[in-house]
Amino acid sequence: MIVRESGTHDVTAEQHVVLARQLVRRLAVQCGLRLVDQTKVVTAASELARNTVIYGGGGAMDWAILDRDGRTGLRLLFRDEGPGIPNLDLAMTDGWTSGSGLGLGLTGARRLVDEFELDSAPGAGTRVSIIKWT
Amino acid sequence: MDRIPILKMGDLLLVTIQVDMHDQLALRLQDDLTEQIRAISARGVLIDISGLDIVDSFIGRMISTIAGLASIMDARTVLVGMQPAVAITLVELGLTLPGVETALDVDRGMRLLRTPRDTP
Repeated sequence: MIVRESGTHDVTAEQHVVLARQLVRRLAVQCGLRLVDQTKVVTAASELARNTVIYGGGGAMDWAILDRDGRTGLRLLFRDEGPGIPNLDLAMTDGWTSGSGLGLGLTGARRLVDEFELDSAPGAGTRVSIIKWT
Repeated sequence: MDRIPILKMGDLLLVTIQVDMHDQLALRLQDDLTEQIRAISARGVLIDISGLDIVDSFIGRMISTIAGLASIMDARTVLVGMQPAVAITLVELGLTLPGVETALDVDRGMRLLRTPRDTP
């Protein structure tokens, strides 16, 4: 797997969610993702960026454009140093929320992308990595 | 602070969302609409989202909440203009927008709002 291009974007305040969406849209277009897949990855990014701000107390999104076996992928890593998620299984249950949301953020985001990794522990922050391939 | 304009047409309210909405803007629209429904005793609310290239769970919840509030205030809500890619994504996200009626475009949405409601 080759990283063709990469960067980092602040996700510390609510207005960064909109900016993250716009950046991810540009990157998805650059990767050559078709419209439906662009929409899916932008929507997933919106959910995860909002989680980073609301539950993680702010953090960052690392992005990378990947090449693997002739396919192009967009990888997004959302990371924060917040309180972390005590129960990962529960967090990955549809409809479960620790806040006032619909409980679709994490589970919905997972359904919208090709690869999904969640890494979190109480007090250790949260890292969510997603990849969408062409 | 920005606001999404709400147009009055008789006893209907028309909202066209054309900007990438940040969360506070969505919440403000919800408040403004509720106030307007009461102010003009609106019978229907038409929300045109043809300008939105994504609907995430936050915006989806806002739309459902508006429909719920409107229904309590005896008004119907019709959502129109959803882009196909947005519709596909919403279904996979798991968002079903309960209580929200939909139509393909503004014309059809208006027609739907002008027809009498089905009585059980």
